[in-house]
Amino acid sequence: MDFLIASSTENLCNLLAEDPTRQLLAGGTDFMVEVNFRHRDISGVIAIDRIKELKQWRHDGDSVLIGSCVTYKEIEQGPLSALIPALAQSARTIGSPQIRNAGTIGGNLATASPAGDMIPVLLALGAEVNVRSKSKVRQLRIDELITGVKVNSLSEDEFIESIRVPVLSGPQEFLKVGPRNAMVISVTSLAMVTDIEKKYIGIALGSVSASPCRSDEAEYFISQHIDWDSMTVQSDVIENFERLVKESASPIDDHRSSSSYRTHTVGVLARRALLRIFRLGI
Amino acid sequence: MGIGKTSGEYELIVNGSKFSISDSWLGESLLYVLRERLGLYGSKNACEQGECGSCSVMMDDVLVCSCLVLAANAKGREIRTIESVADGDELSDVQKAFIDTGAIQCGFCTPGLLVTIHDFLDSNPEPDQSEIKEAISGNLCRCTGYGRIVEAVQLVSIRRSKRDS
Repeated sequence: MDFLIASSTENLCNLLAEDPTRQLLAGGTDFMVEVNFRHRDISGVIAIDRIKELKQWRHDGDSVLIGSCVTYKEIEQGPLSALIPALAQSARTIGSPQIRNAGTIGGNLATASPAGDMIPVLLALGAEVNVRSKSKVRQLRIDELITGVKVNSLSEDEFIESIRVPVLSGPQEFLKVGPRNAMVISVTSLAMVTDIEKKYIGIALGSVSASPCRSDEAEYFISQHIDWDSMTVQSDVIENFERLVKESASPIDDHRSSSSYRTHTVGVLARRALLRIFRLGI
Repeated sequence: MGIGKTSGEYELIVNGSKFSISDSWLGESLLYVLRERLGLYGSKNACEQGECGSCSVMMDDVLVCSCLVLAANAKGREIRTIESVADGDELSDVQKAFIDTGAIQCGFCTPGLLVTIHDFLDSNPEPDQSEIKEAISGNLCRCTGYGRIVEAVQLVSIRRSKRDS
């Protein structure tokens, strides 16, 4: 049989152990485009989108555990959107209602596109990915999972089981630049998340490097100039902050944008996100 | 490309009828099977990459692009296509509203839009204009400029609320 439908994670482990060259099909929104255009060689396919365990999520304590086949739609709307608002914002910018009904968070990660819209948010939040095979289970940080342009570090017999996403106690933003508002692949994107209790700010960028990246230096710099009690940020440091964010990007010229426009817009997004979260102080 | 690979025999449930599919290539999309094997030409093939929404169908009550569904993976799921929207010769209220507002020009995007709008109005019976625009954002129309399509959705919404009151 060249096509199989996995019934459980246990079953999926076995099917992959039997023949690790089998490819996994979740929402199909990337996979089927490649099949339709004959860009993907399919010799064996396992559909994983009926596995109940992978379609569930739960909130426990200070994090949510999201099954890899949870769709963009479920993250965009409903209770998850209140727990992880930036992830919901990013979900809403992906494709169209049809795409969001089918595409999954696990697929967004495994595809590992530089423009994968959930990736900057998950990076900024410090999410961890639970990866499984018949022989072992392991946890990966997002930057350990995504190692290059459309390259992930999963071995052939492994699959993404779930993603653990911290629930933070402060405002979050996801912003994206594209030629129009719908059905658009990011020219640039930026996620900014905060935790007021822990005095934490996380910033990550999409579409401006081989894989989405953190802006560590900008995070450290701006955290020195935030007053967490009044949620204000010093006005005279914004330019420096914007410069540090731009410096953390290493964009290329391609058919979607020039590198200089990407650098410019990522600075604009950084300033905009910062001023949506914090008021200007002295 | 997986030449010679097959998805085996499987059964599809389309608009309430069962169809047996055999001798199929593994990579066939649901759109391909609907059109080329079942002769249901209402769902249109334009982009094959989920950009245009012309192939929109309902699968287990969820709106999807049939070009992005692996046909064999639709096994056991209830597929409803544009062919199920009218009741025989009696057009649906959305179809009538499209005619009344002149929301059709070349007509190629119309089946996908009708499936999308039926689904949308079922979950949001009294939408505002921005909600309508977001709901149809996955359906490309290159003729109308969308104005009359948005009007058609508003007209259905008004007619349904009058009917129900």
